Amino acid sequence: MNKKSLRDAYGEELLRLAKENKNIVALDADLSSSTRSAYIRDEIPERFFEMGIAEQNMTTTAAGLSLTGKIPFANSFAVFSTGRSYDQIRQGIALPNLNVKIAGSSAGMSDYGDGATHQAIDDISIMRTLPNMTVISPMDAVETKKAVKAIVDYNGPVYLRVSRAELPVLMSEDYNFEIGKMNLIEDGNDITIFANGLMVHKALEARETLKEDGVTCKVVNVSTIKPLDVEEVKKYVSGVKGVVTAEEHSIIGGLGSAITEALDDELIKIKRVGVKDKFGQSACDYDVLLKHYGLTSQEIVNNVKELLK
Amino acid sequence: MNNNELVLKLEKKAVNIRQNILETIGVGKKGHVGGSMSSADLITALYFYKMNHDPQNPEKTDRDRFVFSKGHSVLAQYAALAECGYFSKDELKNTKKFGCTLQGHPEIETPGIEANTGSLGQGLSLGLGMALGGKLDEINYNVYVILGDGEIAEGQIWEAVNAASHHRADNLIAILDKNKNQATGTTNIFDCGNIENKFSASGWETIEIDGHNMEEIINALDKADTVEGKPTLIIANTVKGKGVSFAEGKFSYHNAILTEEQYEQAKQDVENMKSEVTK
Repeated sequence: MNKKSLRDAYGEELLRLAKENKNIVALDADLSSSTRSAYIRDEIPERFFEMGIAEQNMTTTAAGLSLTGKIPFANSFAVFSTGRSYDQIRQGIALPNLNVKIAGSSAGMSDYGDGATHQAIDDISIMRTLPNMTVISPMDAVETKKAVKAIVDYNGPVYLRVSRAELPVLMSEDYNFEIGKMNLIEDGNDITIFANGLMVHKALEARETLKEDGVTCKVVNVSTIKPLDVEEVKKYVSGVKGVVTAEEHSIIGGLGSAITEALDDELIKIKRVGVKDKFGQSACDYDVLLKHYGLTSQEIVNNVKELLK
Repeated sequence: MNNNELVLKLEKKAVNIRQNILETIGVGKKGHVGGSMSSADLITALYFYKMNHDPQNPEKTDRDRFVFSKGHSVLAQYAALAECGYFSKDELKNTKKFGCTLQGHPEIETPGIEANTGSLGQGLSLGLGMALGGKLDEINYNVYVILGDGEIAEGQIWEAVNAASHHRADNLIAILDKNKNQATGTTNIFDCGNIENKFSASGWETIEIDGHNMEEIINALDKADTVEGKPTLIIANTVKGKGVSFAEGKFSYHNAILTEEQYEQAKQDVENMKSEVTK
């Protein structure tokens, strides 16, 4: 199957849109080659701002640019663009509801070699708690491009989580991405798996494995974690025996928490697959890390079976 | 208008601003009277002399922008905005009341406020973003940012100092309200070193003035217009609580409640300033 890195898709689409829309500007904190904001740096240098290794100033400068009608994309690794600049996002962007896009690159464990300091397992959690903030975590290159386009068209603060991993391209070019809309990728009767990003792919693998045992699962891609369509969540759990959530993020505060909150008045069992309140670490291979932290299709299979016991 | 007439006009206006600040804080309501009073003359010169702005058309694209980075002193800005007619002076006394647009720190919902501030250290970066936006659009406006001398301990200020210089933001003018006091003491409790040297070493133009001398203020603002290729810092030496006898130079009036007696005294002090000006 055709694979593509989400960061490549992000950079390509941002450049394409910037050529169409002169209000789009990009800022980076000395990681433009990695985040792919370098595509704008190299082709439209007047609309690229190198802000040096100083994420807090970058983030608030983006807020200032938005106040002049620009659509700024502030780029760094997800750990830094959310964590290093949290107060800047809270006070200067989310509170006044400014049209700033925070791009969190190399998200999740996808920067496997660099270790815990560079692996974002808490970014969705801290962005999701902010009023006014929209939080999106796309699952393939096509969805990444559609998300970039959608957030340019949307007037308000957005956190876009971008993996550096090469992931299978599943979505077709005519896929209609809408902020706040989840989509059923595969249908089933027994268990509903809500996943996003990398874990959508793991969920689909798990679904295939479970079919061999006669278990069928719905797989729902929840690329917008906030705002979450609670009615849709309820619709997809209607009639199933349990729910599994799967995310490349801590089980605290991310998709698993959001789904659990959405179902807080439903009598249904929920299992959360994700990083279990641990920091990451270095590995020379992405899959080794994913296995260690239980971010695998097998972990999803085990949780589904647990629910059906 | 010759220079003497201009200075006299602005000095009178600064008295009005101080009166408005007292109206805003009133009796029994906690407010940042010290830092508002120290900024009052700077704010007056910006709104009533220097800045291109129009209360009837607050969104006009070529307006000069003002960001109050030490957002807690917003009482001085509310005083000026009301005086300009951005909103009614009657609103001032409602500041901080539940449901009132005039919040404890600046918010963009308030007419005339350009940016949210309150978490210290962010205003210079906001101003830089606005300055870069103006350059991109080739619109000729200035962005003025008032910083506090306690505030500049924030690391983000120094990130912005470097970035503004790197990006040659000569339409960005920072004004340091150097009142030598912060929340829990004088600025000796945390020494930020030689500010002028730090800014000039980072590539900024620097001008040092008496921040209560209207002639020096307007000359410095005019001089900043002539600086090309780099941002400007105006170091304004001020007195915390300026104009209120019992609060002058005292950190204890950083954020304080005035008693009935103190309020009457403060009003009298500002009234006396008025007679000094018109003498």
